[in-house]
Amino acid sequence: MDLIFQGIWQALVLLFTLDPETWSITLLSLEVSGAATLVSLIIGMSAGICLALADFRGKKLLVSIINTGMGLPPVVVGLFVTIFLWRNGPLGFLGMLYTPGAIILAQAVIATPIVAGITVAAIQNLPRNLRLQILALGATRLQMIWLLMREARLPLLAAVMAGFGGVISEVGASIMVGGNIKGYTRVLTTATVMETGKGNFDIAIALGIILLILTFAVNYILTLVQQHDRPR
Amino acid sequence: MNAGHILLEATNIDVRRGGARVLDVPRFCLREGEVVCLVGPNGSGKTTLLLTLCCLLERQAGELVFKSRPIADRRAILGFRRSTATVFQEPLLFDATVYDNVASGLKIRGIPRQAIRQRVEQNLDRFRIGHLAKRAARKLSGGEAQRASLARAFATGPEILFLDEPFSALDPPTREALLDDLNHIFRETGITVVMSSHDQTEALRLAGAMAVMRQGRVVQAGTPEEIINFPADEFVASFVGMGTVLTGRVIHAEKGTVRVAVADTTIECVGEAAVGQQVTLCLRPENVTLALPARHDGDSARNHFTGTITRIIPMGHFLKVQLDCGFFLSTHITYHSREALRLSEGSAVAVSFKATAVHMISHA
Repeated sequence: MDLIFQGIWQALVLLFTLDPETWSITLLSLEVSGAATLVSLIIGMSAGICLALADFRGKKLLVSIINTGMGLPPVVVGLFVTIFLWRNGPLGFLGMLYTPGAIILAQAVIATPIVAGITVAAIQNLPRNLRLQILALGATRLQMIWLLMREARLPLLAAVMAGFGGVISEVGASIMVGGNIKGYTRVLTTATVMETGKGNFDIAIALGIILLILTFAVNYILTLVQQHDRPR
Repeated sequence: MNAGHILLEATNIDVRRGGARVLDVPRFCLREGEVVCLVGPNGSGKTTLLLTLCCLLERQAGELVFKSRPIADRRAILGFRRSTATVFQEPLLFDATVYDNVASGLKIRGIPRQAIRQRVEQNLDRFRIGHLAKRAARKLSGGEAQRASLARAFATGPEILFLDEPFSALDPPTREALLDDLNHIFRETGITVVMSSHDQTEALRLAGAMAVMRQGRVVQAGTPEEIINFPADEFVASFVGMGTVLTGRVIHAEKGTVRVAVADTTIECVGEAAVGQQVTLCLRPENVTLALPARHDGDSARNHFTGTITRIIPMGHFLKVQLDCGFFLSTHITYHSREALRLSEGSAVAVSFKATAVHMISHA
């Protein structure tokens, strides 16, 4: 138990003494996972909305593939992104391996199916005639999509939270494509793995607590947005 | 009734679902100020026709013309939708306040906030839901929600209002109150309306014109009185509540009076038909009189029979009685008369109805 209390104490010290290394790791985690979530929102939500509104053969198959993608193991994603970015891989010319950009790419691959899958479910869960009702109110196609998203804002913000939660806590892909380079690609999860390996439990616990606080803070803000302007 | 000029005209409407033709309407005209009710059983195509008319359903073929201009391209469709409003069976309100819901059609059109306020308030009052303006739409009762949906439709000032079974999800007292209010609002505003319903009494209450649908076709169109009293065929007759529909052959015709052989007996009715012609006779249950067999004369009815009660079915305020008089006959009685006449299944009764009460459909 001592170990845990020591860790908590250490975390507070690191936080409140504004330890530069801890802060830069925290900030990088936030930046990288935030950017990855943003990319996944743009791709995943557009794809999810298109898929939910379109009617075509093979739609069920495609939706099941996306739903399977919601559980993609990060190490598998890390492996394939590494192969793609490898010096003589298909995207090797980008020279992206072991950069924060590579982590963003890998995390976006992890989060996109999560966001897309929840978006499809959220839009499909709306009453079927709501689309017709919105069109009947004189909406253009874009206005209709906007109003549908507004109607589905609770599950859609849950999609943002699930996507962000999935990538901020992910370690396998980040360590494989980022390399845990000090001051460059070291994020909270990779640093925690390393410190635990070294036996520095107090620092590892401190980093773990910071990760929890960060995740909580982001989700709290998203929840405030989610519940905002919903009449009682 | 037909005073207004044609506002919306549909021609050669063909809608298919999975290859099967679900709508086949060669021509449908809507005149300004008219309230038309599409009636028919479930699956008859009334909702499909309604959604096709308001341009919300894709069609294989057919042309819609609104105020002499064809609704052909995307712009025209959007313009048409912005000149009309549609209310569905479910209220389909947004997860927002009642006020914001009623304002939504106006916001979509980009109308300034001040003008929106005035029109929303006017329509909240019109549908008696002003006190609910700040309430969350998802917390409304069924009747309140449907009123909000109607207020949202009216707020945009539509030239045509489309209502798809707007009362069928409501309980009887709520439905009654809304029917009364809508009837008043229709008269006050003189709005042009197309509504659908599986209940012909709603059509009678609200509509000046009625179209009976079956299997994707309009089988009869006319005023509600015409259709209810003079149904064009057996289907319309049974749908509009003709309790008894019989087929027979004309055996005698003279001076507008016809005698028709039905089963082993003869029924007299008013109309024109040739001897030997096949005809269908319709009789409304309320036009059939029951009496005890002992005293069955003394009225002016031309048709008298004796029969046996085969079934008595409680219908709420009244009882439906099915009789075997050599042919099948159905009538309504009150609980009080059942007690007074001591009627039960198996009782023998005297049955009478006037020759003028029988509606005759002659087959070509």
